Amino acid sequence: MAVTKKRAVATNGLPDISYETIETQLTFRHYPGDRFTHSDLGLSVADVRDMYRNMLLQRRFEERSAQMYGRQKIGGFLHLYIGQEAISTGSVYALKPGLDSVITAYRDHGIALAVGMSSNECMAELFGRVDGCSNGKGGSMHFFSKEKRMFGGHGIVGAHIPLASGIAFAHKYREDQGVCICYIGDGAVWQGSFHETLNLASLYKLPVVYVIENNEYAMGTAVDRAAAETDLFKQGVSYAMPGSLVDGMDVFSVCQSMRDHVALAREGQPSLVEIRTYRYRGHSMSDPGKYRTKDELEQKKNEDPILRLKSYILENNLITVEALDVLDVEVKAEVSASVTFADESPMPPPEAIYEDVYTQKDFPFLTH
Amino acid sequence: MAELQLREAIRAAMVEEMDRDEDIFLMGEEVAEYNGAYKVSEGMRERYGERRVIDTPISENGFAGLGLGAAMNGLRPIIEFMTWNFAFVAIDQIINNAAKIRYMSGGQFSFPIVFRGPNGAAGQLAATHNTSVEALYSCFPGLKVISISNPDDAKGLLKSAIRDDDPVVFLESEFMYGMRGEVSEAEDYTIPIGKARIAREGDAVTIIGHNKSYWRALEAADMLAKDGYAAEVIDPRTIRPFDWDTVIHSVKKTNRCVIVDESNPFASVASEVAFQIQARAFDDLDAPVHRVTAKDTPAPYAKSLIEYYMPSAEDVYHACRQVMYLN
Repeated sequence: MAVTKKRAVATNGLPDISYETIETQLTFRHYPGDRFTHSDLGLSVADVRDMYRNMLLQRRFEERSAQMYGRQKIGGFLHLYIGQEAISTGSVYALKPGLDSVITAYRDHGIALAVGMSSNECMAELFGRVDGCSNGKGGSMHFFSKEKRMFGGHGIVGAHIPLASGIAFAHKYREDQGVCICYIGDGAVWQGSFHETLNLASLYKLPVVYVIENNEYAMGTAVDRAAAETDLFKQGVSYAMPGSLVDGMDVFSVCQSMRDHVALAREGQPSLVEIRTYRYRGHSMSDPGKYRTKDELEQKKNEDPILRLKSYILENNLITVEALDVLDVEVKAEVSASVTFADESPMPPPEAIYEDVYTQKDFPFLTH
Repeated sequence: MAELQLREAIRAAMVEEMDRDEDIFLMGEEVAEYNGAYKVSEGMRERYGERRVIDTPISENGFAGLGLGAAMNGLRPIIEFMTWNFAFVAIDQIINNAAKIRYMSGGQFSFPIVFRGPNGAAGQLAATHNTSVEALYSCFPGLKVISISNPDDAKGLLKSAIRDDDPVVFLESEFMYGMRGEVSEAEDYTIPIGKARIAREGDAVTIIGHNKSYWRALEAADMLAKDGYAAEVIDPRTIRPFDWDTVIHSVKKTNRCVIVDESNPFASVASEVAFQIQARAFDDLDAPVHRVTAKDTPAPYAKSLIEYYMPSAEDVYHACRQVMYLN
């Protein structure tokens, strides 16, 4: 930062006095699409195949979820991640399974499947059944898996942002070298919790990466109608945090950026990543989508992260089209099986209502 | 028995537990370098270092949530609010995350955390600094709520709260931090959560009071004693879960009850206690349950008004005489 004395006349209605200027240079890292090959990332063909399968699984799982919602097998809200799958899959490939932690907001199916939660437990949760990942107590917005270190699924916008820093705090406190990735939507940037927590994370040097999944709309409000500064990656500047901008439609760009930021976190440097993406479906199932044009939607579909990876695979002769078709059939079968599993899983009995409220087994609940 | 100030008893509980368990840390505004806004944590930073006694910026929502995340990931935080009035900006973390995530995760993630600090009125501080929050937090299944009235209970219950695997709202009082009292020196002294204390036995009327209101209840009992009546005084100590058995047993003996509660009256602790008494001991009541609460207004600044606003021993005494049909 340079402080320069200037003798000049102020404009814009400011008083006509001499003043000094403070000039500062900001640098951010940019990860555009089509910049990295799988070889650059050290990924094997098997890794690429697994990435493709994982993204496809998220897509097919949610397509079936939407169908099941229409058949009223699923209640409440259902927020689909379709279009954003490169972020979940790409970032998970930057993590150490069993050590690192993830936490997200309510659009959580993709991350859950990316960290290895099963289609069965996820579909059963959507159905509100006892075999669901949250025993049928959480539903679509509240997927949790302690085993996979998936800390939720959170329905209140911005409320999980401080939790992520707490999870990272515990990693640091125990010196276990673990990091936490916290995914938030572009809308959550305007909650106070975001700003309070970025400051705390930076102040305490917590091993956390905050990932803004900027899908352009907070429900129906476009980013430029909510944000005075639409470059969301710049929000870390006030909190002395490095920031990056990433093309979220390219799984390799996501993966490389997250590896870099996770490495920073492991060294005790929290950071902020804005990943630009797009959701093809509505905010939830009841969204008429009048805030965007069909042209915009169609144009964005040309950037589909799954089709993009498929093209990459075929252009580079990594996997045959026949083998990809077999994968598709396999994934569809897995999702169909999860629907059967969920349908056959029992609904929680009435007495389950008192379970899981407290660790205390004999808590005297009021019953009248 | 050792005579300690309330603040010293709270500190002793934290120190004993932090000596015992490395996973416990203390976080809050001014808890470390400043030694605590009310000197509760005095000397703790020197004892444990900045790793375990941690100052925060003025970001209650942020550090309350940070504590909860740390609890989800295996630590046992003690989060101090300088006063519970300041926790209103963190209330989403307490009501939505602390109370509900265990349930929504199907019991996978627990919150062994204590949120503690002074609650209720503390004199001429005007309305925003004089709120009683026990009824509010007791509304939410998933939380436990403790409100202490003396150093011995403070130590025994805070140690239990820190060891508890559920989130505990622990309510103290600025007015009582300097109060001295005998504290058990028993090794590893704990008091079970959810058990009331019968402070004085009697048969004429049951007076229930927690936190500062407990002392108004005792003063009223002294006044009644001069009239020749023995009041039974109960300090519930834990608001959620409430010890109904002790209260109902007492009311069945005295047949009359006055509840002292410095909350605003609507949907207060007194409201629920009165409801439960009529539901569980209707046939044993010789008079309607009476309550003495703060006035149904925000807390005022003027000395004359704040004194009028708060439940007084005289108010309690007269309420007792009313349920005893002596007025």
